[in-house]
Amino acid sequence: MMFEKLVFYLQYPFVRYALVVGVLTALCSSLLGVTLVLKRFSFIGDGLSHVAFGVIAVASVLKLTDDMLLVLPVTAVCAVLILRTGQKAKISGDAAIAMISVGAMAFGYLIMNVFSTSPNLSGDVCSTLFGSTSILTLRRKDVRLCIALSVLIVVAFIMFYNKIFAVSFDEEFSRSAGTKADMYNNLIAVITAAVIVLAMNLVGSLLISALIVFPALSAMRLFKSFRSVTICSAVLSVICAFRASSSPYLQGLLSEPR
Amino acid sequence: MALITVRDLSVGYDGHAVAEGLNFSVNQGDYLCIVGENGSGKTTLMRTLLRLQEPLSGRVLTGDGLRKNEIGYLPQQTVLQKDFPASVREIVMSGFQGRCTLRPFYSKEERRLALGNLRKMGIEGLADRCYRELSGGQQQRVLLARALCAAGRVLLLDEPVSGLDPKVSAEMYGLISGLNRDGITVIMVSHDIQAAVTHASHILQLGKDSFYGTRDEYLESPTGKHFLEHKEEGEA
Repeated sequence: MMFEKLVFYLQYPFVRYALVVGVLTALCSSLLGVTLVLKRFSFIGDGLSHVAFGVIAVASVLKLTDDMLLVLPVTAVCAVLILRTGQKAKISGDAAIAMISVGAMAFGYLIMNVFSTSPNLSGDVCSTLFGSTSILTLRRKDVRLCIALSVLIVVAFIMFYNKIFAVSFDEEFSRSAGTKADMYNNLIAVITAAVIVLAMNLVGSLLISALIVFPALSAMRLFKSFRSVTICSAVLSVICAFRASSSPYLQGLLSEPR
Repeated sequence: MALITVRDLSVGYDGHAVAEGLNFSVNQGDYLCIVGENGSGKTTLMRTLLRLQEPLSGRVLTGDGLRKNEIGYLPQQTVLQKDFPASVREIVMSGFQGRCTLRPFYSKEERRLALGNLRKMGIEGLADRCYRELSGGQQQRVLLARALCAAGRVLLLDEPVSGLDPKVSAEMYGLISGLNRDGITVIMVSHDIQAAVTHASHILQLGKDSFYGTRDEYLESPTGKHFLEHKEEGEA
């Protein structure tokens, strides 16, 4: 019965899109989540999504048709800056996140207010923050971008898995062994930025931290090696994302599409 | 030629020298202990030897076929590691990261070597245990095994017994001396002069009364005598 219902809904592209994007974003954010939580950057999701919010505001004022082209690079640069402050302790990591995120968010909101292009400003802000509707209004192009980015992220994560582990566990030792720790930190930062920009479509900027920290923290309770924690975190979040993306249809929370 | 030769070296941060005019060399099989008070530049010198930072002036030369990154490092433990979920095997394997520059995974040979190093440290039974659940002494052994994976000839140890109780400290010193007898060159940074004069073959003291020479020369020197007397008074 459940299964038939799911198959019935899956014939609608928007349902398929939402499911695919939901599961992929959750997978990517949970993979990185383990590293970020362990590096004490649990709040980076929150911080960077505020940055992305600011950039989206600027992009909408500039009437860019493809705002991803601006959002992704700027967020990546901010991610690199935030993760770098973690090492040189003049401004600590959490302070850097607070400064950059609040600054970008205030700037974005100001820009949106001053150069308002849409009649429903608070509605726009709300959907950027909570992402409530956009998961159901994805276009084919968004889905393609999401799939491409997710594949890239997963491949990069697997390729550099051992290095990411080494650099997260002991940066000084990695450097002394000749590993280019800065390069891998920047890689982690860029991947994080990509994940967050991806996840904004799904849950909006406020709830991204949830996608990053909960699977990782649950997995860390259950398992004791880095590999099993990473795998468990990925599996948990894929199951939860699948369940969450499909339950509205299965339980009749949405009206029948016509 | 010596493994490591230091000439007129000045080390420090942001152009401000912490220790200046350092001259010493480390030969194959030496056990050099770097001692000195807090702030005398022990850590900075160590970071410079590991090429984690640039010297202000002077040079660190490596010879005898020793490559730049072939110094096995035992760092002090960080706060991050306290709740890091990692198995002993994963940590020890990460010692090989410098060897596989772009290779994504470790080889069978490296797995075998890692187990061998665990055996040398007497902790092969702990390979699948979680690092954060081990005792302080066991954790140090794990990190020492990792350092052995990174480099088989020279080890640089940063306060290897800090936070360990006297019995475990003695075991740790015994383990290090054993490695040294097997031909591994050891450079140890420590504030424990007593341990230094017991185990080391050479001593480098930083600070006001700087000194470099063999252990016997140190015991005869005014600096050494002064320091040891001072130590005894402190302990009495």
